[in-house]
Amino acid sequence: MWASLAVTASKLVVVAGSVLTSVAVMEWVERRGAAFIQDRLGPNRVGPLGLFQPIVDAVKLLFKEDITPSSVNKGLYYLAPAISVFVALVTFIVIPFGAGKDVQVFGVPLGGLIVAPDLGVGILYLLALSSLGVYGIVIAGWSSNNKYSLLGGLRSSAQLISYELSMTLAVLGVLLATGSLRLDDVVAYQATHLWNVIPQFIGFVVFTTAVFAETNRLPFDLAEAETELVAGYHVEYSSMKFAAFLMSEYINMTTASALIVTLFFGGWTFPGMQHFSGWWLLIASVGAFLVKLAFFLWLFVWVRWSLPRFRYDQLMRLGWKGLLPLATLNLVWVGAAMAMRWI
Amino acid sequence: MTVPTGHFVILAALLFAVGAAGVLLRRSGISILLGIELMLNAANLALVAFGRQHGQLDAQVFVFFVMAVAASEVAVGLALLVAIFRKNQSIDVDRLNVLRW
Amino acid sequence: MVTAAFYLAAVVGLASAVVAVSHRNPVINVLSLVVTLFCVAVNYALLGAEFLAAAQILVYAGAILVLFLFVVMLLNAPEEQPAAEPRPFQRAAGLALVTVAALGGIVLITGLRGSLPAEGPQGTAQAIGRLLAGPYLFAFEFISLLLLTAMVGALMLVKRKH
Repeated sequence: MWASLAVTASKLVVVAGSVLTSVAVMEWVERRGAAFIQDRLGPNRVGPLGLFQPIVDAVKLLFKEDITPSSVNKGLYYLAPAISVFVALVTFIVIPFGAGKDVQVFGVPLGGLIVAPDLGVGILYLLALSSLGVYGIVIAGWSSNNKYSLLGGLRSSAQLISYELSMTLAVLGVLLATGSLRLDDVVAYQATHLWNVIPQFIGFVVFTTAVFAETNRLPFDLAEAETELVAGYHVEYSSMKFAAFLMSEYINMTTASALIVTLFFGGWTFPGMQHFSGWWLLIASVGAFLVKLAFFLWLFVWVRWSLPRFRYDQLMRLGWKGLLPLATLNLVWVGAAMAMRWI
Repeated sequence: MTVPTGHFVILAALLFAVGAAGVLLRRSGISILLGIELMLNAANLALVAFGRQHGQLDAQVFVFFVMAVAASEVAVGLALLVAIFRKNQSIDVDRLNVLRW
Repeated sequence: MVTAAFYLAAVVGLASAVVAVSHRNPVINVLSLVVTLFCVAVNYALLGAEFLAAAQILVYAGAILVLFLFVVMLLNAPEEQPAAEPRPFQRAAGLALVTVAALGGIVLITGLRGSLPAEGPQGTAQAIGRLLAGPYLFAFEFISLLLLTAMVGALMLVKRKH
């Protein structure tokens, strides 16, 4: 009992630690990547290649004056960033990030590198909790008592509801092929079959587009839209509360990339896996997972600095008239292909 | 499981009562809809508790259906509220008196 | 452990339910109802209905109440003013209903003293899915028709006439 509890707790610490570290790393990657794409140098003063820039930024944000505007609804104003970070952090526990079924630590089986392997509802839990993320943004927008914030909050709630549909439908195709809600089983299925991205390419495209909208990143960052809404829902936030929104955006990016990898790119599996076992398999699989994850995180940065923002009506049209029919088509295709025993 | 079935039922009854009081006492259309949601949830909770008592899953399927009905009810209800607001500039149900004479 | 979780969820859920129907600010109403629904989801999980618990959060907290919040903000509904004329009938009816429900609860608890069975059928996604696609297939299909009707109805209601 205590031993398995300790194993779960240490997995939790590892996951939370890595996800929070990814925020710092991604901040550096984003700034250097933007500079690279725009043919500039980017931050290069603090440490080699500017690698310590995130630390400096964090210190700066921590010591900035924490301003609470007098006209805000105090309780909700403080609650909003907390909700955002909380929701972003708790979703990662159902994502398997490495092999390790046959590994024991001090005689206790590790049970695979996933914090909650016994959660039967798996992906449903992730979808349910990530759908709560919209509250952080909407509450921030409303409690700030600022028209730009309110507009940002309204836009984002409409956007998140619209794109959640296509995202869930795209996930449904994968679940149909796997026959299980557990992401562990999704990975195991892809270890013996083709990676889902090949038979379900439409689903992959729809899912990736939808998660870009769900994470409020360009080209879908209508909730922030700094050129028209100043900074959208977090105009009135400063110091660490502002940093909390920034953190939740990067954590959501990491979770979204991990989800793309797990659902469509085989998770931690890699070709030639059968030659490894035990600890070696564990290390190699985590490495494979991280490589795939890094690619999709880079894709987020790449897209952000390459594409312009959508107009609001274009965003809605793309969501309802483009992605939703495509996602349905994908579902029909998967069902038909399974009935014909093609996949 | 050491919680008596009765405690789940009591919780459901209290939630239902609170929801019903909200529907009867409030005048804002939004709050009335919220009260209805609360009542539906209370009924759902009682259904699941009784289903557990009798070792059957059918109750959970019913709850699933109730959720779907609640979703459609909210969609239509909120659309009505928006239409009313456009006409009256208010969602106070006491001011909905155009059919009174 | 289970007992503590139940009573915690019950107390928090009831308190936020009271706030949800009594507070004058519609945004606070909606947000406290989110807390209540979350507590109901916890109760579902305690009763072995894990699929329902996830569906409850996904459907209610993630979609229905976001829609509520959206409409509240869209209408920018002002806080409810005290009634112009007193309405003793509604108040009396409301209080009577609360009393009746509370009494009914007490009657029920005296009748249902037995504990819930420790082992019961687990409401996993597979189990619920088998029931939905088996004995309840017709109702399941009909629900989709209902949702479609509601969607068309809602669209017609809010459509601006040109």
